[in-house]
Amino acid sequence: MANQKIRNFCIIAHIDHGKSTLADRILEKTETVAIRDMEDQLLDNMDIERERGITIKARAVRLKYTAQDGEDYIFNLIDTPGHVDFNYEVSRSLAACEGAILVVDASQGIEAQTLANTYLAIEHDLEVVPVVNKIDLPSADPERVCTEVENVIGIPAMDAPKISAKMGTNIEEVLERIVTDIPAPQGDTEKPLKALIFDSYYDSYKGVIIYVRIKEGRVKTGDNIRLMATGAVFTVVEAGFMDADKLVNNGSLEAGEVGYIAASIKSIGDTQVGDTVTNNDNPCDEALAGYRKVNPMVFSGIYPADGAKYGDLRDALEKLQLNDASLSFEPETSIALGFGFRCGFLGLLHMEIIQERLEREYNLDLITTAPSVIYKVTLTSGEVQYIDNPSNFPDPALIQVAEEPMVKADILTPSEFVGNIMELCQDRRGVFKDMQYLDDTRVNLHYELPLNEIVYDFFDVLKSRTRGYASFDYEMLGYVPSKLVKLDILLNGDIVDALSFIIHTDKAYGRARKIAEKLKENIPRQLFEVPIQAAIGGKVIARETVKAMRKDVLAKCYGGDITRKKKLLEKQKEGKKRMRQLGTVEVPQEAFMSVLKLDS
Amino acid sequence: MNSLGIYIHIPFCGRKCAYCDFYSESFRKDTVSEYVVAVVRNLRVYSDKSKITDTVYFGGGTPSLLSPEQVGMILDEINRNFRLSADAEITLEANPNTVDFRKLENLRKAGVNRLSVGLQSMVDSELKFLGRTHSADRAEKAITDAYGAGFENISCDVMIALPEQSPDSLRYTLDRITSLPIQHISGYILKTESGTPFDCDKIKNILPDDDTTAELYLEMVKLLGDRGFAQYEVSNFARRGFESRHNCRYWKCLDYIGIGASAHSCYNGRRFSVDRVLRDFINRPVQKITITDPNPCTFEEYAMLRLRLAEGLDLDDFPEYRDGILKKIPVLIKSGYINYNGNHISLTPEGFLVSNSVIEYLVF
Repeated sequence: MANQKIRNFCIIAHIDHGKSTLADRILEKTETVAIRDMEDQLLDNMDIERERGITIKARAVRLKYTAQDGEDYIFNLIDTPGHVDFNYEVSRSLAACEGAILVVDASQGIEAQTLANTYLAIEHDLEVVPVVNKIDLPSADPERVCTEVENVIGIPAMDAPKISAKMGTNIEEVLERIVTDIPAPQGDTEKPLKALIFDSYYDSYKGVIIYVRIKEGRVKTGDNIRLMATGAVFTVVEAGFMDADKLVNNGSLEAGEVGYIAASIKSIGDTQVGDTVTNNDNPCDEALAGYRKVNPMVFSGIYPADGAKYGDLRDALEKLQLNDASLSFEPETSIALGFGFRCGFLGLLHMEIIQERLEREYNLDLITTAPSVIYKVTLTSGEVQYIDNPSNFPDPALIQVAEEPMVKADILTPSEFVGNIMELCQDRRGVFKDMQYLDDTRVNLHYELPLNEIVYDFFDVLKSRTRGYASFDYEMLGYVPSKLVKLDILLNGDIVDALSFIIHTDKAYGRARKIAEKLKENIPRQLFEVPIQAAIGGKVIARETVKAMRKDVLAKCYGGDITRKKKLLEKQKEGKKRMRQLGTVEVPQEAFMSVLKLDS
Repeated sequence: MNSLGIYIHIPFCGRKCAYCDFYSESFRKDTVSEYVVAVVRNLRVYSDKSKITDTVYFGGGTPSLLSPEQVGMILDEINRNFRLSADAEITLEANPNTVDFRKLENLRKAGVNRLSVGLQSMVDSELKFLGRTHSADRAEKAITDAYGAGFENISCDVMIALPEQSPDSLRYTLDRITSLPIQHISGYILKTESGTPFDCDKIKNILPDDDTTAELYLEMVKLLGDRGFAQYEVSNFARRGFESRHNCRYWKCLDYIGIGASAHSCYNGRRFSVDRVLRDFINRPVQKITITDPNPCTFEEYAMLRLRLAEGLDLDDFPEYRDGILKKIPVLIKSGYINYNGNHISLTPEGFLVSNSVIEYLVF
């Protein structure tokens, strides 16, 4: 029988609704962290997470709480990623819990992500404990928000704790609810080991550390464990739990507990989230349900701005992959950009985070190509190809049918922006499904959208057209046939492979023109006129010209100061090295990047 | 035998022009006297009679703020310490407001035989924009006075690409100038040098764009050519035989010694410069130099400078670079940037306009 004094739970909240602050307060109240060690928002370790106020990777921490009934409880707080890109990771984190605290902002109400994750929690039979946060704000309207929770999610919420995580108001009430409302874990400690991997990361001393929820049985140091999906077998070196700032090697874990296992695992590829850990010598009958391999959805070419940094880029990607098995990459060559990698990401945010980490943590200057989704192309021969790189798009004459991935999107917005959003979605080839009023002022819009229409800048545009109020979430629907074409960009008559992309034929002209205009803005005038053309097949559909430069001369030499002039030319030469030489055309890095943000 | 040029920098101005980044301080009579003493002292130190000195150039600043006696003192000292050739070109830069007929006569007597007048424009509103204190008429008088005083080699500076300057107003300036008794014109495209008052958006926003500037420049080249002033360098035009011999030293990698605060030298296989500190120059027994290039006149530098001249670069002199350059030129010929004739490369006026890029592409 599992320990009845354990409570395993997570926190669900929209960005900025106060998840990390509440987590901090809980840590503080349970004295897991001495106050002097408190750093704001403790659970979010990565710089990027802290800056963006989002959680990228799940974390878990074990807390001790003495409840009002006088008993000591063990809380395992499992922090979940908040973003749709990490949906699967979220679902695995939820599977490790018995309950979820749903944090809702007292003035803003429920947002799209919250809704998606709450439904996910309910699907996993979690007890959802609503909490209304930020009651200290002047615009707070806790009653309205409670009604909204009841109407939209269908759980009782009128007696939800009304708190201010920032001010530390009513945090005890939340802690008591965790004890009273969230069920204790079940599971037989005597059965063969069955544990769920919900996160892992690479530690350079201990190898891969896996975070597990023990569902049944027990595990201890020296046991031989098997990871059921991959079949890999390891000997446990450490088993224990996570303090706020360190691992505590307890020597064992048992059913109901959340903790970590270190077993000298070299490759994070062996420890896939969702996999089941069992005892190799006394295995369980079957693995836990729900395991699936996560597949990248969005692809982009990543190239070092300086070709000599190719090796550094590879090393950096390898290091990132140690901690992020969902990142995929393989070498790719571009005529325009040289050697780089085609990288696969779970979604847009994931892509941005990886790019940002490469630039920030590894100090790399990158050129990235326009994000692409995976297109499914059936050739006239009957062969089916999956295309994630526009360069590989087959000759139209060979295509029997081309298909693109669709998503089902939820957009939550104040009702005044409905018109703007509908216009945007229509422009992005969206198909309106239905619209649901959450209350008098807020609306949930359901659309089906092509994924390739949202991988560029959909979220940015949505935010700007709704003054930041709309929230957005999506899930994959599958493939539908579509009139797709490959659009090529030519500079001085030569195709620049890195700028090619696949697009719906109806959108081709508009985008072609915008790209040509952007390139014209970003390619400096050079000695020779540079024609910019956009073409489908052999047909040119847009054209701009970068006129030849007219003036680049040092009229005067300062009283015979020849050295200054020479240095100027040497500097000019040096500057050109940072540009890509495509035939006779010199293209600055910014030109490649400018075509990624066409609407801004 | 090697020849030598001497450059004397006179870093004093009555008033500093807002576009200028040459080194100058405000004019003070006693400081100027101290400065001249320091110049004389340095000329003794640099004394070199192994070469023929055939050019002397007083640049500034405003060298015409020196008295003819001070100029004479310096030239005497040069005569004593160097082998100054009888037909040496001795230039002095003059601001129209600082010279009258008598002074010009005395300068001529002191040995100056070439005058470079900072005329800039014959349109008063343009002169005002540049912060020049003289009028067009005053400049015209300075030139005719110089002619009357015996100067047979007069140059004047013209500035192009000024705000609201049109081909018409440029033609007006050039027409008036070329009707004066002058033999040489330096026509500079105005550049907003960093650190000068002109280095601001307020000014930059009203300057003509590159296309207009190019039109003005080509108009200048054509008009001056028609008037008998052949272009011999990016910014320089002369009647036949009146090309500035001193300035050509710069473009031909020939030796010159620079004396004075901020002066530059190319001498005995090194380029060096003097700090822009007036007091330092006056107080030190010998000017303090900084080597800016221990190995000047490499092929890159030589070609860079030669290609500023209309006569251009002879590839036969550099067989090891010949093939590399020949490979690059067809596209430049096609675009009308260079002339190529029997292993000889030179830039066209259109090529001069983009000479930084052309030279960088060809040579660096």
